[in-house]
Order: sequence, then structure tokens, then C-alpha cells
Amino acid sequence: MISPLDLLTSDVLRYPLIIAVLIGLTAPVVGTFLVQKKLSLLGDGLGHVALTGVAVGWLVGAWLAASPADLLAIPGALVASMIGAIAIEYVREIGHTSRDVALAILFYGGIAGGVVIIKLAGGTSQSLMGYLFGSLSTVTGPDVVIAVVLAVVVLGIGLGLNGLLAAVTSDEEFARASGLPVRAVNVLIAMMAALTVTLSMRIVGALMVSALMIVPVAAAQTLVVGFARTMRTAMVIAVVCAVAGLVITASVDLPPGGVIVLLTIGVYVLGLVVKAVRPTPSRRPAAEPSRARA
Amino acid sequence: MSRPSSDPVLEARDLRVSLGGTPVLDGVDLRIAPGEMVALLGANGSGKSTLLRALLGLLPLESGEVALLGSPARRRAGHSRLGYVPQDSSSGGSIPATAREAVAAGLLGPRTWTVRRSDRRVQEALEAVGLGDLAGRPVTRMSGGQRRRVMIARALVRRPELLVLDEPFAGIDLPTQELIAGLFRDLSASGTTILVVLHETGALAEHLSRAVVLDHGRIVHDGPVAALPAQSHGDDHDDHSGPAGHIDDCLGQEIHPA
Repeated sequence: MISPLDLLTSDVLRYPLIIAVLIGLTAPVVGTFLVQKKLSLLGDGLGHVALTGVAVGWLVGAWLAASPADLLAIPGALVASMIGAIAIEYVREIGHTSRDVALAILFYGGIAGGVVIIKLAGGTSQSLMGYLFGSLSTVTGPDVVIAVVLAVVVLGIGLGLNGLLAAVTSDEEFARASGLPVRAVNVLIAMMAALTVTLSMRIVGALMVSALMIVPVAAAQTLVVGFARTMRTAMVIAVVCAVAGLVITASVDLPPGGVIVLLTIGVYVLGLVVKAVRPTPSRRPAAEPSRARA
Repeated sequence: MSRPSSDPVLEARDLRVSLGGTPVLDGVDLRIAPGEMVALLGANGSGKSTLLRALLGLLPLESGEVALLGSPARRRAGHSRLGYVPQDSSSGGSIPATAREAVAAGLLGPRTWTVRRSDRRVQEALEAVGLGDLAGRPVTRMSGGQRRRVMIARALVRRPELLVLDEPFAGIDLPTQELIAGLFRDLSASGTTILVVLHETGALAEHLSRAVVLDHGRIVHDGPVAALPAQSHGDDHDDHSGPAGHIDDCLGQEIHPA
């Protein structure tokens, strides 16, 4: 079996390892806020909308005779997912459509738009599959640069403004009454999700990055309590699973993205088992403490 | 620019609010002076919580104006000096915050976007509501009354000039109600203005500056607590099924104008 150190010294595997660690660090930060807002499927929905953007980028690239043909695919995906992120926040805020229905429309509209427009661009739906599932084995130097920039932006905002983002996602009414910029924070979180999904989709696939946003957070919730501890634990789970997945797939011919996601689900199931057998004296409401006055 | 001390902390003029096309507030005028402790009473559905949310700029107004701490409420310019305890004390999101994390959120404001959870003010606020020993406990593992107290601590931690509370005693036992009432009395004595929605004046009766009674979206009484019928003080519990019954009785009787 190859060790993580072997991955670092291998020219072929070094970049995938760096990418996996960076996405393992960033995706759960965004995911923690999405889980808190009960919008766990937003990343996946935005990934599907980004497919329409990929196809539009492809179509525009074909008109402009761009080379390679998918030169404008990621910029197109970025624009589409940003518009999708703002649209879902708008729908959520005005409350005319429930969140799950709005997400469903994103899913179906995104994938339908993608397959129709990619056909107009002269491609096939198979051309979109690479963006859904990605390819860690073909990571290039520029991909690493993109992942580093993404990690700096997302970690900077997500950790630097952690208290603000947590307050708004936990209790919007209180946040509004406190004068916090609720609408701006909601749009910022949706934008961070769109940015994370779009910039990671060609490398690891929209499905994997969406899963890495949510599953490690769910796994962390089975192990620890508290918002900050849940976020930190989710980051550790995601990074460990990402590295473990690469180590496994360097030795066994399996798709790394799928193995990494399955490992995080394994941690979630393990966490559920641990939670079930662990004695939890504090599961019931706490007894009254002494009534000290400040 | 600082607000002259004689100016009202909160002033509403001809407030009208409709929810889903149904009028809920129908021309409410309210003025609260600095240092007052005012109870907002009324039967279920009388519009108390809607009035509170409209006063804080959390609901769109059909007509009327609200000035909160010297500026229009919708601009939220004065909200950094406001402490708010909403009616719903559930944890909100899917990931339960600890009491320390929940209270630390109260230190955030329009210009304060970062906060240290270890801030000593957080522990002091929790101790003030008798929860100093449970700072690390997730709020979902607390009783309903303890959660209310966490929400009160979250409002107190920012040391507000105006404290607005929507039924802070719901689910809280009598000894703790007295603890919290004492805390409000001390805050009021030190100059904090308090507006509190209550089902009955109960533990706060002797500390209130005045009571405002709302009925079908209109103010039907605005004056001394003593002018309210006895039932609304919570003095006579024998013939009533619950707190709401006291207000229903109160509204069913002649109310003496202030």
C-alpha cells in the first residue's frame, strides 16, 4: 500500500493530494453554514445549474471558435451558479416557493438546460459527465493554483467571519433585530457555495464537492456538539477521508472521488453507531444549576 | 449625534400592519420614555408579537412610522443598542450551538462582525440568568425554560439601552421568574428601557411603569398597572384555566383609561 508520503513525492500524485486536502478543508466550512440553514442540497443544486453554464460556455466558445472547445466552460459555470445562488436566496426570502421545491427546480432545470444547450453546441451529454464526476488523476498546475485561491477565500471568510455567519444562519430574526447584514450574509454564503462547487467541479466533480460539503458535517454531528467544534471536526474528517481515498485508489483501480465520498459516509455510519452505544447522561434536559447572580 | 434624554426611546405613530391580507395592527400609537418598563398585554391573536416585530423594523408597515433609539426602525441604525428576546426559543439551525456560542452571538452588531466566545461578558450574562454552570451545554439539551434564559442572556450580553422581550417567562418556573424579574428591576433602575410582552403581569407587576393592552390590533388601555382589573396581575389564579384566561377576563371587563 502506498503511504501519504509516497503521494507527496510522486510527480503524478502530488497535485491530486494537494487538491484533495484543500477541498477537504474548504468544502465542510461552506457546508456547515448550509447544514445550519437547512439547505444541505444547495451545493448539489448549484452543481447542476453550473452544468447549464458549462454548456452555455461551450456554446459561446463554439461561436467564437475558441480552442480548446471548453475554454469558456468554467467561466460559464461560474456565472450560472452565481445567478442560481442569488435566485435561490431571492426565492427563499420572498417565500413564494418552499426551499425544497426551489432546489428541485434548480436540479431539473440545471441538468435539462445542460443537455439541451450542449447539444446545440455540437457536443453530447457525455461531455458534461466530466464536470459531474471530475478527474483527480488529470489535475494540472493551474488547477492547484485555483484550489489554493479558493481555499484562501473560503477559509478567510468562513473562519474569519465565523461568528457572524453562524449567527445569521442560526437565527435570522435575532440577527435582523441585532442590525446584522442578514441579506448580504445569506448571499455571501450562497456565493461561497457556488464558487466552491464551480471551481472544484472539473477537478473532483460537482457531486464529490457537494458531498464533501455535507457528509463530513453530518458525520461530525454524530461525534461532537457545538457549532465551532462541529465545523472543525468536519474539516478533519474530510481531509482524512480525502487523503485515505487517494492512498487507496493509488493502489486499487477505483475512482478516487467516489471512494472519498464513501469513506466520509462510512465515518458518518460509524459515528451513528458510536453515538448509539455511548452513554450520554446529558441527553435529557440538564438539571438546574445553582442560581448564581453576576 | 446623541439622543437627548427626554426623547422617547421608542415611538410609533398610526401603525398599521397586515399579514396575508388580514389587518393585524390598526392604528397603534405608542411612546416609551427612557428608563420605563412597559408591559404589552393582550389575548392570543391580539397582535402583541406582530406589534413588537413591527416596532423593531422586522415587518413591512402598511402605514405609520416607528422611531427606535432616535432613528427610523427600518434603517436599523439604533439596533446595536437593542437587546431582543424573540418568542421562539428553539435553537434555529440544524447544528445545536452551545449556550456560550448562542450568547456570544449577542455581542455582534452592525459594525461588530467578529466576536470571541471566551469573552468574559458571555459568562457574566449566563451567570446573571443562573446558567453559569451550563455554558458548554448545547441548547438542544436544555429544558424549554433554560433555553429562554439563554435567549435572555444573549440579549443582555450587549448591555442594551432598550430591552425588548416577547414572553420571556414562557416555560420558566416561578423561582426563576422571580430571579429574572429581579434582574429586569435592576436593569430598569440603572436606566435600561424595557418593553415586555406578557400574558400576565405576574412577577413583574410591582416593577412595571405602566401596562399597554392590545385587543384586535388596537390599544385599549395604556396606563398604570393598578388600573388593570385584578386578574391581569396574576393575583387570583383560582377561577382561571391559564394565563391566557386572565387576559381574556381582563379584556372582557371594563378597562379604566389612564
